[in-house]
Amino acid sequence: MIKLNKLVSKVSMLVASFVLVFSCGDSASNEKVAMQDPTTIVIKGTMEAELTAPPFVPAPVGDRPAKKLIVNMEILEEVGTMTDGVEYVYWTFGGSVPGSFIRTRVGDEVEFTLSNHPDNKLPHNIDLHAVTGPGGGATSSFVAPGHEKVFSFKTLNPGLYVYHCATAPVGMHIANGMYGLILVEPEGGLPPVDKEYYIMQGDFYTKGENGEPGLQPFDMQKAVDEDADYVVFNGKVGALTGDGAITANVGETVRLYVGNGGPNLTSSFHVIGEIFDNVHVEGGSIINKDVQTTLIPAGGAAIVDFKVDVPGTFILVDHAIFRAFNKGALGMLKVNGEEDKQIYSGVKQEGIYNPEGGTIQTMPNDGSAVVATNTNKSLSEKMISGKQIYMKTCFACHQAEGQGIPNAFPPLAKSDYLNADVKRAIGAVLNGLTGEITVNGQKYNSIMTKQTLTDEEIADVMTYVYNSWGNNKTNVTPTMVAEVKSSH
Amino acid sequence: MVKIEGGTYIPLYGRDSLPVTISDFQMDVYPVTNQQYLEFVKKYPKWKRSNVKKLFADDNYLRDWKSDTLLGKDQSLKAPITNISWFAAKDYCECQGKRLPTLDEWEYVAMANKEMPDARRLKKYNEFILSWYEKPKTSNNEIGSTFENYWKVYDLHGLVWEWTYDFNSVLISGESRKDVDDDSNLFCGSAAVGTTDLMNYAAFMRYAIRGSLNANYTMKNLGFRCVKDENN
Repeated sequence: MIKLNKLVSKVSMLVASFVLVFSCGDSASNEKVAMQDPTTIVIKGTMEAELTAPPFVPAPVGDRPAKKLIVNMEILEEVGTMTDGVEYVYWTFGGSVPGSFIRTRVGDEVEFTLSNHPDNKLPHNIDLHAVTGPGGGATSSFVAPGHEKVFSFKTLNPGLYVYHCATAPVGMHIANGMYGLILVEPEGGLPPVDKEYYIMQGDFYTKGENGEPGLQPFDMQKAVDEDADYVVFNGKVGALTGDGAITANVGETVRLYVGNGGPNLTSSFHVIGEIFDNVHVEGGSIINKDVQTTLIPAGGAAIVDFKVDVPGTFILVDHAIFRAFNKGALGMLKVNGEEDKQIYSGVKQEGIYNPEGGTIQTMPNDGSAVVATNTNKSLSEKMISGKQIYMKTCFACHQAEGQGIPNAFPPLAKSDYLNADVKRAIGAVLNGLTGEITVNGQKYNSIMTKQTLTDEEIADVMTYVYNSWGNNKTNVTPTMVAEVKSSH
Repeated sequence: MVKIEGGTYIPLYGRDSLPVTISDFQMDVYPVTNQQYLEFVKKYPKWKRSNVKKLFADDNYLRDWKSDTLLGKDQSLKAPITNISWFAAKDYCECQGKRLPTLDEWEYVAMANKEMPDARRLKKYNEFILSWYEKPKTSNNEIGSTFENYWKVYDLHGLVWEWTYDFNSVLISGESRKDVDDDSNLFCGSAAVGTTDLMNYAAFMRYAIRGSLNANYTMKNLGFRCVKDENN
């Protein structure tokens, strides 16, 4: 079957070369027209493509002539971190999710070598949306572990394109992270900017719910139901926050190459506190201006650019907002430089950003509404409900047996700090806690965020903690919680 | 070897999902090991790494071995032989008076779990297979390290992929989405479109790996075992 395909392509190449022979006889006056047809762009020389892992992109193409561009990409199946305590087996192009960024110009002849690492379990291939040809290259790149395949294609249309694996089951290969972006720059290149970054959204489906620790296998049923546990930028929760944040200086122009690998969800890409000056809609040639949120379909992309005028941390989100604050689709752009009070006069607070966290949030209760509370719960009822709240809210930091995490989060088990003062402990849950404390002789300096729990829930979870792991068996009641609350 | 009682089953796909009848045969309990293959190449030097014809095995043939007759430092004698081509596997079996299992025979035995001959509909069975697909580097584990199935055969899932005699009789073209076309006859009807259940997607990956192979290919995760007709 493959041989037949080769034969067909040989025949069609023969036909093409006949056409070429005839068109060569045309007069020079047609040359300008011919130049605009990307199929006739002549390639000059060979170069090896620079491939970069996200959030970085290779150097701009500028006005270099079209070339034969050598792209070598390796497929790796490997365990990575989805979020703290949660691991996942990623399938990657080039060792990262999304895969390596490929930068070309229109008219390039890309010679693509896809290598499947010998340690891998499965065959893979690649479908590049920048390819004009069957399967986007997938038909020619199906490769077993320990082997490699070579094919080539000419880039005919400028734009930003997704690539992904298309081996059965296709959805699973994409869901495991097998996607990335290939940029085809127009003749003469894109207008220069100061900073360029590569960001790609993806949705992940794990057997355990969001935050459930351990090595999480892929869940086919959730993927079919489009019930994502994680929606993230660049493959994991927090890839673009903290040390991973992208940066710029006041006055610079920033261009983001934003893709959406899917497999299922469409992204409403937005940068909080910025307005996109230009958006290449769907990564194509239409440029929309002054845009707040741009829609990026699964298997699609957008190029956005904007000038940063004031310093601060700008938050990148999927504005389907629960994905941002509860499933991971949140990144940061940190802008350094002089303030411009004319543009933004607000008080700048340093270092305070309270993400809402993963628990279910409720509206503050002003006391006018009557909340049905069962104040006469037995200890065992409280233990059951308290354990549930603990596993949902406290578990990630304080761990299953209340042992905490050394140097980060203090233990609750046999905790002298906890057992010494129940009111102080209630206060910490109610109002959060920052600054240095000493627990069982160890110093801790981290932030406990304020928990949005009802008095009854706080009473239950604290009773659970006090009656577990060798603590002093205090029975905390909602009344005690209310007292601490009103004493503030 | 153990006796496999023949029977009729409907493969996931291929053959237009007609029932396939399997005659009685005998199957190796374990995949062929490094040790067994070592003895084989000593007896048949044409299968030594330095002698093997390129036509019959690619450059990765026995790649992890230290030399023609020495295993690599970390390789276990009791681990399955891998990095072996179809030609080599076929010849090995024939030299033992055996043969490679057909795809149908292999699938027929491999659909058994510990208790029942056809466990394909069981969630647990499929989850086991799928969890193996996601587990890296299992090829150097020793034979017998997975489970003994209904037929008293070990390691069909969880150790290495295995060659079958007609591994490429079900064509996967490489463009997996195209294979869904009605005219390709590769799938049993709606299973191709509705690949929502675990049974389908576990098997899909097995067929995909076979579809990606040529007979001279060798792979770190790919071994084999032999079978024999019952009356021979």
